[in-house]
Amino acid sequence: MAYSDKVIDHYEHPRNVGRLDDKADNVGTGMVGAPACGDVMRLQIQVNSDGVIEDAKFKTYGCGSAIASSSLLTEWVKGKTIDEAEQIKNTAIAEELALPPVKIHCSVLAEDAIKAAVRDIREKRGEAVKEDAAE
Amino acid sequence: MNNQSVSAQRDLTMKLPIYLDYSATCPVDPRVAKKMAEQLTMEGNFGNPASRSHLFGWKAEEAVEDARRNLAELVNADPREIVWTSGATESDNLAIKGAAHFYQGKGKHIITSKIEHKAVLDTCRQLEREGFEVTYLNPREDGIVYPEQVQEAMRDDTIVVSLMHVNNEIGVINDIAAIGEICRARKVIFHVDAAQSAGRLPIDLAETKVDLMSFSAHKMYGPKGIGALYVRRKPRVRLEAQMHGGGHERGMRSGTLATHQIVGMGEAARIVKEEMAAESKRIEALRDRFWDQIKDMEEVHVNGSWEQRVPGILNVSFAFVEGESLIMSLKDLAISSGSACTSASLEPSYVLRALGVNDELAHSSLRFSFGRFTTEHEVDTAAAEVRKAVEKLRELSPLWDMYKDGIDLNTIEWAAH
Repeated sequence: MAYSDKVIDHYEHPRNVGRLDDKADNVGTGMVGAPACGDVMRLQIQVNSDGVIEDAKFKTYGCGSAIASSSLLTEWVKGKTIDEAEQIKNTAIAEELALPPVKIHCSVLAEDAIKAAVRDIREKRGEAVKEDAAE
Repeated sequence: MNNQSVSAQRDLTMKLPIYLDYSATCPVDPRVAKKMAEQLTMEGNFGNPASRSHLFGWKAEEAVEDARRNLAELVNADPREIVWTSGATESDNLAIKGAAHFYQGKGKHIITSKIEHKAVLDTCRQLEREGFEVTYLNPREDGIVYPEQVQEAMRDDTIVVSLMHVNNEIGVINDIAAIGEICRARKVIFHVDAAQSAGRLPIDLAETKVDLMSFSAHKMYGPKGIGALYVRRKPRVRLEAQMHGGGHERGMRSGTLATHQIVGMGEAARIVKEEMAAESKRIEALRDRFWDQIKDMEEVHVNGSWEQRVPGILNVSFAFVEGESLIMSLKDLAISSGSACTSASLEPSYVLRALGVNDELAHSSLRFSFGRFTTEHEVDTAAAEVRKAVEKLRELSPLWDMYKDGIDLNTIEWAAH
């Protein structure tokens, strides 16, 4: 399968690999996917009191497209507010990385991951959580 | 040029990527290519082997019959028991459909296994649509289909048993001699797909009670597009032809014989018979050399029996890394995450699943297959690359983190998607 140059770049030089302390009050963690399906993403965001994402880290078990989707996502969410981050759509990720149709699910997973991370931080902050946030 | 000098010459100028996918196909041996080229042009042996009225036909027929003898000798059969086909897929189709259709008056039950090649499985599915009943045996955890499993699955209306000699994904060997005895005792036709074993293991069809056996040329350093089916004469096995026409190959497979392809397969069979013993030893040493450089890594498992296998195939699961990304980072290695026939799909290998390997490990598996032109230098380079890639991807893997934190992944409720 031919990967786009952007996927290969993110795969070979993944940005923001790592983990943040998931117990910390200012860290939201989103873990989505399943090993049996071939991909698991863990996305973590560190959010300041203004709701701005100061740092983001990921680790992903999955194909090159899944790794690239989560790497790209960490770049995009840094500096955004959690409200803005929640609005990121999988189609934008798929377009940026020129994912082929069989790999669209990788971008869907990335969208799920940021929504799950935002929901986690909202819960920690005692904010109302939209029920459909991670759907 | 002998093998050693071919390998040595190649080693000095190691070309990337390194080819470790000999189970998918082999390069044509240069000695084979040379003989094939002699069967094509006006100056060469281009005649139609079926032409009876002139020298061109006679010479072509002679070349075809020489090749038939060479292939027959590889498996200790009578040359009259060899039918040329376009490859193992056609041989499997002809064997299973041909026997099922011919013997359907005696019964409509077929026995095979879940880890057969798609050429067998899809043929069986087609026969099910035609009203046959098929039992798909599950191999044990070691990848072997045991004779007693075949015995237990036998019914009064069983007419055909079809099992592979060596599995293409894991390299495990079935005991076809013992299964043959069971089939013969019940007068059930026994078909064996030997695409992966012919030329890699000694086969003696005078001793072993196999009725039909499929062969492929390109898995023994011959060309693609040619194969053969062994059809036993004593006791005689009958088949309904699938390809009708000029009555070639005793009416079992019509179509003008492709002299150059057949000569290629014959020469490949002749060479492999001569060199099999030494080649197997050399490949086993390479396989061990490779594995010795990998096996101390944490959570790395070989799939299938270690004892009962051909040396050329090694299927390894690297837990907590995903196979496709592993292949992506091993761009200097030509390997596969299963068989070439299924690697276009995103599903984990049905073979590993049937062995009871969980989906996660099945997703993390690679098949390395070594062959005639593999060198020690290539194997060392490959092992180093694999270590590097697995370590890199584990650093990226949340599952590896969890494993290192002592979390049992089976206790987590994953949201399947």
